[in-house]
Amino acid sequence: MENFTPYSALLGGALIGLSAIILLLFNGRIAGISGIMNGVFKSPRDEVSWRSLFLAGLIIGALLFQWIAPGFVSPRAGYPLWLVALGGFLVGIGTRLGGGCTSGHGICGIANLSLRSILATLTFMATGFVTVYLIRHVFTLT
Amino acid sequence: MKKLIIALLCGIIFGLGLSLSQMVNPNKVLAFLDLAGNWDPSLAFVMIGALAVAMPAFRYIQNRRQPLLENAFHVSHKTAVDKSLLTGAALFGIGWGMTGYCPGPAVASLGFGSLEALVMVVAIYAGFFTERYFAKQ
Repeated sequence: MENFTPYSALLGGALIGLSAIILLLFNGRIAGISGIMNGVFKSPRDEVSWRSLFLAGLIIGALLFQWIAPGFVSPRAGYPLWLVALGGFLVGIGTRLGGGCTSGHGICGIANLSLRSILATLTFMATGFVTVYLIRHVFTLT
Repeated sequence: MKKLIIALLCGIIFGLGLSLSQMVNPNKVLAFLDLAGNWDPSLAFVMIGALAVAMPAFRYIQNRRQPLLENAFHVSHKTAVDKSLLTGAALFGIGWGMTGYCPGPAVASLGFGSLEALVMVVAIYAGFFTERYFAKQ
Protein backbone atom coordinates (compact mmCIF):
# COMPACT_ATOMS: atom_id res chain seq x y z
CA MET A 1 0.00 0.00 0.00
CA GLU A 2 2.96 2.37 -0.46
CA ASN A 3 1.05 4.46 -3.02
CA PHE A 4 -1.91 5.07 -0.71
CA THR A 5 -2.93 8.76 -0.92
CA PRO A 6 -5.95 9.19 1.36
CA TYR A 7 -5.84 12.99 1.76
CA SER A 8 -5.63 14.00 -1.88
CA ALA A 9 -8.25 11.32 -2.62
CA LEU A 10 -10.66 12.70 0.00
CA LEU A 11 -10.11 16.30 -1.11
CA GLY A 12 -10.39 15.44 -4.81
CA GLY A 13 -13.54 13.49 -4.04
CA ALA A 14 -14.94 16.48 -2.16
CA LEU A 15 -14.34 18.66 -5.24
CA ILE A 16 -16.24 16.14 -7.37
CA GLY A 17 -19.06 16.21 -4.81
CA LEU A 18 -19.03 20.03 -4.83
CA SER A 19 -19.36 20.05 -8.62
CA ALA A 20 -22.35 17.70 -8.38
CA ILE A 21 -23.94 19.93 -5.71
CA ILE A 22 -23.59 23.14 -7.74
CA LEU A 23 -24.95 21.49 -10.90
CA LEU A 24 -27.98 20.15 -9.03
CA LEU A 25 -28.64 23.33 -7.02
CA PHE A 26 -28.48 25.74 -9.97
CA ASN A 27 -29.36 23.66 -13.04
CA GLY A 28 -31.26 20.79 -11.47
CA ARG A 29 -29.03 18.32 -13.29
CA ILE A 30 -27.23 15.17 -12.20
CA ALA A 31 -23.46 15.15 -12.79
CA GLY A 32 -23.39 11.74 -14.45
CA ILE A 33 -20.64 11.83 -17.02
CA SER A 34 -21.77 8.96 -19.24
CA GLY A 35 -25.24 10.51 -19.50
CA ILE A 36 -23.77 13.93 -20.25
CA MET A 37 -21.48 12.42 -22.92
CA ASN A 38 -24.36 10.55 -24.52
CA GLY A 39 -26.57 13.65 -24.46
CA VAL A 40 -24.08 15.64 -26.54
CA PHE A 41 -25.30 13.73 -29.61
CA LYS A 42 -28.97 14.16 -28.92
CA SER A 43 -31.52 16.85 -29.63
CA PRO A 44 -32.73 19.39 -28.49
CA ARG A 45 -30.01 21.92 -29.00
CA ASP A 46 -30.06 23.71 -25.62
CA GLU A 47 -29.52 20.34 -23.98
CA VAL A 48 -26.45 19.85 -26.14
CA SER A 49 -24.73 23.13 -25.27
CA TRP A 50 -24.58 22.78 -21.49
CA ARG A 51 -23.35 19.22 -21.83
CA SER A 52 -20.62 20.22 -24.28
CA LEU A 53 -19.51 23.01 -21.95
CA PHE A 54 -19.42 20.63 -18.98
CA LEU A 55 -17.21 18.21 -20.92
CA ALA A 56 -14.98 21.07 -22.09
CA GLY A 57 -14.75 22.05 -18.41
CA LEU A 58 -13.47 18.59 -17.52
CA ILE A 59 -10.61 19.02 -19.96
CA ILE A 60 -9.92 22.60 -18.82
CA GLY A 61 -9.96 21.48 -15.17
CA ALA A 62 -7.45 18.73 -15.83
CA LEU A 63 -5.19 21.12 -17.77
CA LEU A 64 -5.52 23.77 -15.07
CA PHE A 65 -4.48 21.25 -12.46
CA GLN A 66 -1.49 20.18 -14.51
CA TRP A 67 -0.50 23.84 -14.78
CA ILE A 68 -0.81 24.32 -11.00
CA ALA A 69 0.96 21.06 -10.10
CA PRO A 70 3.13 19.97 -13.04
CA GLY A 71 4.09 16.31 -13.02
CA PHE A 72 1.46 15.30 -10.45
CA VAL A 73 -0.28 13.19 -13.07
CA SER A 74 1.74 11.56 -15.82
CA PRO A 75 -0.05 9.85 -18.72
CA ARG A 76 0.28 6.09 -19.02
CA ALA A 77 2.27 4.75 -21.95
CA GLY A 78 2.61 1.32 -23.50
CA TYR A 79 -0.73 -0.09 -22.39
CA PRO A 80 -2.27 -2.30 -25.11
CA LEU A 81 -4.56 -0.09 -27.18
CA TRP A 82 -6.75 -2.98 -28.31
CA LEU A 83 -7.61 -3.56 -24.65
CA VAL A 84 -8.50 0.13 -24.28
CA ALA A 85 -10.67 0.03 -27.42
CA LEU A 86 -12.52 -3.13 -26.38
CA GLY A 87 -12.90 -1.94 -22.79
CA GLY A 88 -14.12 1.48 -23.91
CA PHE A 89 -16.74 -0.15 -26.10
CA LEU A 90 -18.00 -2.16 -23.10
CA VAL A 91 -18.03 1.00 -20.96
CA GLY A 92 -20.18 2.68 -23.64
CA ILE A 93 -22.70 -0.14 -23.95
CA GLY A 94 -22.72 -0.89 -20.23
CA THR A 95 -23.31 2.66 -19.04
CA ARG A 96 -26.23 3.09 -21.44
CA LEU A 97 -27.84 -0.23 -20.52
CA GLY A 98 -27.24 0.37 -16.83
CA GLY A 99 -28.11 4.07 -16.98
CA GLY A 100 -24.97 5.45 -15.40
CA CYS A 101 -21.35 5.12 -14.40
CA THR A 102 -19.09 5.84 -11.43
CA SER A 103 -20.34 9.44 -11.17
CA GLY A 104 -24.06 9.06 -11.94
CA HIS A 105 -24.65 5.87 -9.95
CA GLY A 106 -21.57 5.76 -7.70
CA ILE A 107 -21.78 9.32 -6.42
CA CYS A 108 -25.03 11.10 -7.33
CA GLY A 109 -27.28 8.02 -7.13
CA ILE A 110 -25.83 6.83 -3.85
CA ALA A 111 -26.03 10.40 -2.49
CA ASN A 112 -29.76 10.14 -3.27
CA LEU A 113 -29.86 6.74 -1.51
CA SER A 114 -31.16 5.10 -4.70
CA LEU A 115 -31.24 1.32 -4.35
CA ARG A 116 -30.71 1.00 -8.13
CA SER A 117 -27.51 3.01 -7.89
CA ILE A 118 -26.23 1.15 -4.84
CA LEU A 119 -26.74 -2.20 -6.61
CA ALA A 120 -25.26 -0.91 -9.87
CA THR A 121 -22.18 0.35 -8.00
CA LEU A 122 -21.69 -2.94 -6.16
CA THR A 123 -22.05 -4.75 -9.50
CA PHE A 124 -19.52 -2.70 -11.48
CA MET A 125 -17.07 -2.75 -8.59
CA ALA A 126 -17.37 -6.56 -8.42
CA THR A 127 -16.88 -7.13 -12.16
CA GLY A 128 -14.06 -4.56 -12.12
CA PHE A 129 -12.24 -6.50 -9.39
CA VAL A 130 -12.72 -9.81 -11.21
CA THR A 131 -11.62 -8.36 -14.57
CA VAL A 132 -8.39 -6.92 -13.15
CA TYR A 133 -7.72 -10.18 -11.36
CA LEU A 134 -8.10 -12.13 -14.61
CA ILE A 135 -6.07 -9.67 -16.70
CA ARG A 136 -3.19 -9.31 -14.25
CA HIS A 137 -2.99 -12.60 -12.42
CA VAL A 138 -4.54 -15.27 -14.65
CA PHE A 139 -3.87 -14.21 -18.25
CA THR A 140 -1.09 -11.73 -17.31
CA LEU A 141 -1.98 -9.49 -20.26
CA THR A 142 -0.44 -6.40 -18.68
CA MET B 1 -26.53 31.90 -20.33
CA LYS B 2 -26.13 31.56 -16.56
CA LYS B 3 -26.86 27.84 -16.83
CA LEU B 4 -24.10 27.44 -19.38
CA ILE B 5 -21.57 29.20 -17.17
CA ILE B 6 -22.58 26.96 -14.27
CA ALA B 7 -22.14 23.87 -16.47
CA LEU B 8 -18.67 24.99 -17.53
CA LEU B 9 -17.70 25.84 -13.95
CA CYS B 10 -18.95 22.47 -12.69
CA GLY B 11 -16.97 20.70 -15.40
CA ILE B 12 -13.82 22.56 -14.35
CA ILE B 13 -14.30 21.74 -10.64
CA PHE B 14 -15.01 18.11 -11.55
CA GLY B 15 -11.87 17.99 -13.70
CA LEU B 16 -9.78 19.47 -10.87
CA GLY B 17 -11.23 16.84 -8.51
CA LEU B 18 -10.47 13.99 -10.91
CA SER B 19 -6.89 15.22 -11.20
CA LEU B 20 -6.24 15.84 -7.50
CA SER B 21 -7.71 12.44 -6.63
CA GLN B 22 -5.64 10.87 -9.46
CA MET B 23 -8.71 9.27 -11.02
CA VAL B 24 -7.18 10.46 -14.30
CA ASN B 25 -4.30 8.07 -13.69
CA PRO B 26 -5.52 4.68 -14.99
CA ASN B 27 -2.73 2.87 -13.14
CA LYS B 28 -4.04 4.32 -9.89
CA VAL B 29 -7.55 3.11 -10.74
CA LEU B 30 -6.28 -0.36 -11.65
CA ALA B 31 -4.25 -0.48 -8.41
CA PHE B 32 -7.55 0.02 -6.56
CA LEU B 33 -9.24 -2.74 -8.55
CA ASP B 34 -6.29 -5.12 -8.06
CA LEU B 35 -7.19 -6.72 -4.75
CA ALA B 36 -4.70 -9.55 -5.26
CA GLY B 37 -1.83 -7.23 -6.12
CA ASN B 38 -0.30 -4.23 -4.36
CA TRP B 39 -3.73 -2.93 -3.37
CA ASP B 40 -4.20 0.85 -3.18
CA PRO B 41 -7.47 1.76 -1.42
CA SER B 42 -7.24 5.47 -2.36
CA LEU B 43 -10.19 5.43 -4.74
CA ALA B 44 -12.53 4.34 -1.98
CA PHE B 45 -11.57 7.60 -0.29
CA VAL B 46 -12.52 9.55 -3.41
CA MET B 47 -16.00 8.14 -3.09
CA ILE B 48 -16.11 8.81 0.64
CA GLY B 49 -15.00 12.42 0.07
CA ALA B 50 -17.60 12.95 -2.65
CA LEU B 51 -20.44 11.33 -0.71
CA ALA B 52 -19.56 13.16 2.51
CA VAL B 53 -20.36 16.48 0.85
CA ALA B 54 -22.99 15.39 -1.69
CA MET B 55 -25.22 13.24 0.50
CA PRO B 56 -26.36 15.89 3.01
CA ALA B 57 -26.46 18.62 0.34
CA PHE B 58 -28.52 16.57 -2.15
CA ARG B 59 -31.21 16.02 0.45
CA TYR B 60 -31.33 19.71 1.31
CA ILE B 61 -31.33 20.82 -2.34
CA GLN B 62 -34.16 18.51 -3.36
CA ASN B 63 -36.32 19.73 -0.53
CA ARG B 64 -36.47 23.00 -2.45
CA ARG B 65 -39.37 23.40 -4.84
CA GLN B 66 -37.05 23.93 -7.80
CA PRO B 67 -33.41 24.54 -8.72
CA LEU B 68 -32.17 28.16 -8.81
CA LEU B 69 -32.06 28.44 -12.61
CA GLU B 70 -34.60 25.83 -13.78
CA ASN B 71 -38.27 25.06 -13.26
CA ALA B 72 -37.75 21.50 -12.14
CA PHE B 73 -35.14 18.95 -11.12
CA HIS B 74 -34.08 16.54 -13.85
CA VAL B 75 -33.46 13.58 -11.61
CA SER B 76 -34.22 9.94 -12.38
CA HIS B 77 -37.10 8.50 -10.40
CA LYS B 78 -36.60 4.97 -11.64
CA THR B 79 -36.73 2.37 -8.91
CA ALA B 80 -36.85 -0.93 -10.84
CA VAL B 81 -33.86 -3.18 -10.29
CA ASP B 82 -33.97 -5.05 -13.59
CA LYS B 83 -31.81 -7.13 -15.87
CA SER B 84 -30.74 -4.16 -17.96
CA LEU B 85 -29.44 -2.27 -14.90
CA LEU B 86 -27.39 -5.20 -13.63
CA THR B 87 -26.15 -6.38 -17.05
CA GLY B 88 -25.18 -2.84 -17.95
CA ALA B 89 -23.36 -2.25 -14.67
CA ALA B 90 -21.56 -5.60 -15.03
CA LEU B 91 -20.38 -4.75 -18.57
CA PHE B 92 -19.31 -1.29 -17.46
CA GLY B 93 -17.22 -2.82 -14.64
CA ILE B 94 -15.52 -5.19 -17.08
CA GLY B 95 -14.64 -2.31 -19.41
CA TRP B 96 -13.47 -0.22 -16.46
CA GLY B 97 -11.23 -3.04 -15.27
CA MET B 98 -9.84 -3.62 -18.77
CA THR B 99 -8.83 0.02 -19.17
CA GLY B 100 -8.63 1.84 -15.84
CA TYR B 101 -10.82 4.57 -17.32
CA CYS B 102 -14.40 5.43 -16.50
CA PRO B 103 -16.07 8.12 -18.66
CA GLY B 104 -15.07 11.25 -16.68
CA PRO B 105 -11.33 10.59 -16.50
CA ALA B 106 -11.32 9.48 -20.16
CA VAL B 107 -12.70 12.88 -21.25
CA ALA B 108 -10.51 14.85 -18.83
CA SER B 109 -7.39 13.02 -20.07
CA LEU B 110 -8.03 14.22 -23.62
CA GLY B 111 -6.45 17.45 -22.37
CA PHE B 112 -3.17 15.64 -21.72
CA GLY B 113 -3.01 14.70 -25.41
CA SER B 114 -3.14 11.05 -24.42
CA LEU B 115 -3.70 8.72 -27.37
CA GLU B 116 -5.27 6.01 -25.24
CA ALA B 117 -7.75 8.52 -23.79
CA LEU B 118 -8.77 9.41 -27.35
CA VAL B 119 -9.18 5.72 -28.22
CA MET B 120 -11.20 5.28 -25.02
CA VAL B 121 -13.57 8.17 -25.74
CA VAL B 122 -14.13 7.09 -29.36
CA ALA B 123 -14.77 3.52 -28.20
CA ILE B 124 -17.24 4.72 -25.53
CA TYR B 125 -19.21 6.57 -28.22
CA ALA B 126 -19.10 3.48 -30.43
CA GLY B 127 -20.67 1.64 -27.48
CA PHE B 128 -23.31 4.36 -27.01
CA PHE B 129 -24.35 4.23 -30.67
CA THR B 130 -24.36 0.43 -30.73
CA GLU B 131 -26.65 0.34 -27.70
CA ARG B 132 -28.87 3.02 -29.23
CA TYR B 133 -29.11 1.06 -32.48
CA PHE B 134 -30.15 -2.17 -30.74
CA ALA B 135 -32.53 -0.35 -28.38
CA LYS B 136 -34.41 0.93 -31.45
CA GLN B 137 -34.77 -2.54 -32.99
